[in-house]
Amino acid sequence: MDDLLDQRDLVLQAFWLTIQLAVLSGVCSLAFGTVLAAMRVGPISVLRGAATTYVTLVRNTPLLLMFVFVFVAAPNIGWFVGTPFLLKGVIAVSVYTSAFICEAVRSGVNAVPLGQAEAARAIGLTFGQTMTSIVLPQAFRAVVPPVASVLIAMTKNTSIAAVFGLMELTGRMRYFTNNSADDTAIFLTFAVLYIVLVELISAGAIGLERRWRAAR
Amino acid sequence: MLTSVLGMTASSTSAPRTGEGAAVDLAGVNKWFGDLHVLKDIDLSVERGEVVVVIGPSGSGKSTLCRAINRLETIDGGSITLAGEPLPEEGKALARMRSDVGMVFQSFNLFAHKTVLENVTLGPIKVRGAKRAEAEEKARRLLDRVGVGHQAEKYPAQLSGGQQQRVAIARALAMDPQLMLFDEPTSALDPEMIKEVLDVMVDLARGGMTMIVVTHEMGFARTAADRVVFMSDGAIVEENTPDEFFTNPRSERARDFLAKILKH
Ligand SMILES: Nc1ncnc2c1ncn2[C@@H]1O[C@H](COP(=O)(O)OP(=O)(O)OP(=O)(O)O)[C@@H](O)[C@H]1O
Ligand SMILES: [Mg+2]
Repeated sequence: MDDLLDQRDLVLQAFWLTIQLAVLSGVCSLAFGTVLAAMRVGPISVLRGAATTYVTLVRNTPLLLMFVFVFVAAPNIGWFVGTPFLLKGVIAVSVYTSAFICEAVRSGVNAVPLGQAEAARAIGLTFGQTMTSIVLPQAFRAVVPPVASVLIAMTKNTSIAAVFGLMELTGRMRYFTNNSADDTAIFLTFAVLYIVLVELISAGAIGLERRWRAAR
Repeated sequence: MLTSVLGMTASSTSAPRTGEGAAVDLAGVNKWFGDLHVLKDIDLSVERGEVVVVIGPSGSGKSTLCRAINRLETIDGGSITLAGEPLPEEGKALARMRSDVGMVFQSFNLFAHKTVLENVTLGPIKVRGAKRAEAEEKARRLLDRVGVGHQAEKYPAQLSGGQQQRVAIARALAMDPQLMLFDEPTSALDPEMIKEVLDVMVDLARGGMTMIVVTHEMGFARTAADRVVFMSDGAIVEENTPDEFFTNPRSERARDFLAKILKH
């Protein structure tokens, strides 16, 4: 425990790195996952096929493999060579998570009555306008709980970055446990930090749900 | 003409179409859903200002006909022209054409996450590029006109069915349509609400709006329609004035059908 207090800067740096990984990956996954979902429900069959293939491939691949690809395999073929580690981690996590976001958002799209999309097209909105003004806003309202679950899983998944040399929470925890007999206290401390992050996501989800339930 | 009925001033954005020809012209239209032949050689021409009621048994293709006219369904044969212009393929031109054709659905289809006012202003703002303030002023006028002006800030779920359908009509009118399609606008409504919606429609008809109305409301057909079109099994079986059609149907199928709906 004393170790932790003495070197709390290291702990806080690790916490900050995990926060960066989670926030950046979360934003990228939400954006890309939503685009994928729009492609999957859209009228253009090439895009539909591409998005479907992406989701199938990515969802059936372990996240660890995704990291191996981005950190080890890709630089061998000249990709991501000078890319900072943080960004590589964000890429690996986002590529993986966006497939799950896509499926969650798509379930929400399917929950929006088709008639509303038809009404939007009937007043002259294009497919893109119909998606952004009518379908997606309602789809998001319907999928707050499942999307929150995906983001929570994603936050914990950022710990795989430790294997590839990022000193985020899990990486830092191993550093401390390697140098200390007091494993339990260290585990507990780091677990609490993850719980804090995840609880923030849960609280955000509950807040959004409450706000959106009021507005209709 | 419509503008005066709706108490609107000069702000109406699109002038009546100047193109040649009938408001709507369907020639030899055919449509299949798989093996099911739902529209069979439909010929139908609707003049500007004309009100046509389409009537017929369930599954006879009335909705499909309406939806084909603004290309929510594609057709497999024949042609559809609006004011002399053929329906565009997918894309911007189609969206622009749809904005000139108002559509009112059986199930209202209001945007659930938007207020009544936002439902009515969305099209003018997004499609016509109207300024928000102007769009809102016009929307409020239209909402007053259909009798739901005091509900403007509410969400659709807070309104009765009749009120929702009148909002849906205002939403369509906000685009200054050249033509209005109504697909059984009152059949999801409780009896006491049917009249309030029909009154609005009768008003529109009197104001000179071109309308195609799928409905079994004989009262509306007799008061407002210039012509009744009877469909059965995907084909137009009979066309006549409302009086002639209801008192003196020529075809066996129309007589059967009228006998059934008159029993209720
Ligand atoms: N998307 C679709 N796919 C397959 N068949 C369809 C589809 N839409 C309609 N049909 C079929 O086409 C036929 C005509 O349907 P349509 O909805 O046009 O009839 P309708 O006259 O409007 O009937 P109702 O009075 O019940 O509304 C019906 O047999 C219907 O089952
Ligand atoms: Mg129908």
